[in-house]
Amino acid sequence: MTQGAMGMAARPAIDYAALLKDAALAAFVVFFLAFPLIGLQTYDQGGALAVRGRWDLLAYAVIIGFVGRFLFQLAMLFKPVKSTKEPSDASLARQRQIGMIIRYALLGIALTMPFLPFSDRSWLDRGINVLIYVMLGWGLNIVVGLAGLLDLGYVAFYAVGAYSYALLSLNFGLNFWVCLPLAGLFAALFGVLLGAPTLRLRGDYLAIVTLGFGEIIRVVLLNWGSLSGGPNGIASIPRMDFFGLFPFGNREGAFHTVFGIEYERTHQIIFTYFVILALALMTNWMVNRLRKLPLGRAWEALREDEIACKSLGMNPTNTKLSAFAIGAMLGGFAGSFFAAKQGFINPESFTFMESATILAIVVLGGMGSQMGVVFAAIFLVLLPEVTRDFEQSRMLLFGAAMILIMVWRPKGVISHREPTLRLNPVKGA
Amino acid sequence: MRVEERVEQGGWLGESLPPFIGLHRCGTPDFRGRARLSAGAGLEYFLQQMINGLTLGSIYGLIAIGYTMVYGIIGMINFAHGEVYMIGSFIAVIAFTLLSAAGIAAVPLGIVAVLLAAVFFTAVYGWAIERVAYRPLRGAPKIAPLISAIGMSIFLQNYVQLAQGARVKPIPPVVRGSFELLHLDGFTVRLTFIQIFIILTTVVLMIGFTYLITRTSFGRQQRSCEQDRTMASLLGVNVDRTISATFVIGAALAAVAGVMVTMYYGVVDFYIGFLAGMKAFTAAVLGGIGSLPGAMLGGLLIGLIEALFSAYFSIEYKDVASFSILILVLMFMPSGLLGRPEIEKV
Repeated sequence: MTQGAMGMAARPAIDYAALLKDAALAAFVVFFLAFPLIGLQTYDQGGALAVRGRWDLLAYAVIIGFVGRFLFQLAMLFKPVKSTKEPSDASLARQRQIGMIIRYALLGIALTMPFLPFSDRSWLDRGINVLIYVMLGWGLNIVVGLAGLLDLGYVAFYAVGAYSYALLSLNFGLNFWVCLPLAGLFAALFGVLLGAPTLRLRGDYLAIVTLGFGEIIRVVLLNWGSLSGGPNGIASIPRMDFFGLFPFGNREGAFHTVFGIEYERTHQIIFTYFVILALALMTNWMVNRLRKLPLGRAWEALREDEIACKSLGMNPTNTKLSAFAIGAMLGGFAGSFFAAKQGFINPESFTFMESATILAIVVLGGMGSQMGVVFAAIFLVLLPEVTRDFEQSRMLLFGAAMILIMVWRPKGVISHREPTLRLNPVKGA
Repeated sequence: MRVEERVEQGGWLGESLPPFIGLHRCGTPDFRGRARLSAGAGLEYFLQQMINGLTLGSIYGLIAIGYTMVYGIIGMINFAHGEVYMIGSFIAVIAFTLLSAAGIAAVPLGIVAVLLAAVFFTAVYGWAIERVAYRPLRGAPKIAPLISAIGMSIFLQNYVQLAQGARVKPIPPVVRGSFELLHLDGFTVRLTFIQIFIILTTVVLMIGFTYLITRTSFGRQQRSCEQDRTMASLLGVNVDRTISATFVIGAALAAVAGVMVTMYYGVVDFYIGFLAGMKAFTAAVLGGIGSLPGAMLGGLLIGLIEALFSAYFSIEYKDVASFSILILVLMFMPSGLLGRPEIEKV
């Protein structure tokens, strides 16, 4: 704050004429942008299309363009100067301490959440959704954040996991706890199948290939009706039971009779909540461990400089493949959990939008940062809840947020992408 | 075929199918011809599919140029380019509807007016997209502009959906009629006027565009920025303006593609950009990204492959075919048909 004030004082007076001119220019452009699509609207008139003018909306758009650009420029002038000073050790230690406190506080909230007085079914559902995205984000973070591979088709592995569980349990009567590792295995297999030929591609080519792969999986699920039920999907997938020992439900031999407690419908959902919490924490633990293993070090090294890694005798394709497979496996776990929780799946849950959302969670949170993923997941899952009134503009805001956050902080909101290990810590920068 | 008929005809507009409609689903409106196919008409059927494929390929090629140019100059995949094309076709729908409401009967003049309007407004969109979402990210980590482009794509899709409604927008056919080239066993090979128009327009645009890039001073600036941006700016080329111009030209070509698609299929909705964009990108990669003739060639090939695949194998899996080609090309021929191999330096 003080730095901002100092920076302001040092600045010359604001040139309002230039600002206004700039804003007028923006308004001029907005007029041309808005005229054909906002100013004119097509509507259905007795079976044929007709066009009517909406000049009021057009005027609003132009005014918003003018005011918005003006305020934006003004805000840019008042933007605090970034301190170029290296943060001192004390402040770094304090930051780390605050980070730990937030981490444990969140963990505490997550653990006690089902027993808090306000948490009814809908809150538990929200919690489960957040945790699914947290888990997917952490899984994708291995691929994108650690290994630096841009994967736009992550949802394909999620779909593989979900359909594996649905098909295995319906066709072979297998239990959720048997299917969970199998689903992860299948997803990892798909990851290897896709990765082995494509992982030597450069970054953005890889992005497009993974996107194509995601679409292929979706189209196949949509059209291979005899296997996947086509667009109707698969319904009445068995819910999960208590570690394969006894089911939930209001009957003899079920969970509540074994533990001798009163039957309640929320038992199952509370259990589901803890399952996903455990899965997510397992993912987090795995990622943290992997970072410290030679494999994790190799991922980060590969992300920083592939040529150097090659010249040191590393096999980049195999290293990347392992990241891809592990990321896919975690996606598969999350997918089979999703199928068991939902009881119904169809290809609509596995569109490109879903991949984009997960990627957005990873990137907006700050690549490689675990906490960033949590905050981004909470934000992105709860944003639609808050904006339910203007449901339709939800995705609009989502897209706009992606652009704005990238422009504002190209490296993500919370974290930087620092290698875990450095020979000589960089000075300055 | 009349619009109402066309809209009612296929399950492809129904809600049960994926919400993607547009280029991908329609190698051609003439697929019903398959039912009438008899053994003797094999060649005719093949010819018909070639014509349809060429038409489709011209459109893909025009969109692909936008991808390839942007990739060449700033090295990023302009994810929102498919939406630019979608906006072009929406402006075409609006312009055609306005013209018919005004009772303007002179078709050639009307088409020219629509083309000009679509090109102008879409070019403004192309300029604005670059200015808002990509220019602030020059020099940022490589993933940042890509995310911002995905965000822009989502934003534009939903913006058009909110502004114009989610429903499919039909227009009455603008150009009717066709030549009957061959007639055999009840199967007629048709070359519709609109197909001729699309192919001819594409050829003319390609010639003009090649001239622009190879012979004019703007083209030299564009190519120099592509080779080395820093050096170009040292030699007095206005790099920012050249990049903006690249986006404007790409958007203008996509707008022409959008107008032609609107005239060809008669229906447009806010979702067509995604798959058309993906296909066009595949075309650009197939031809060798960064190479302009490659983009056109790739577009034609993708169009042909799609038309033939859906005619002879399966119309449901034709997207799978295109994406598989993309993956195969990248695996075995990463620099495409006409591209230069990229050498990575330390």
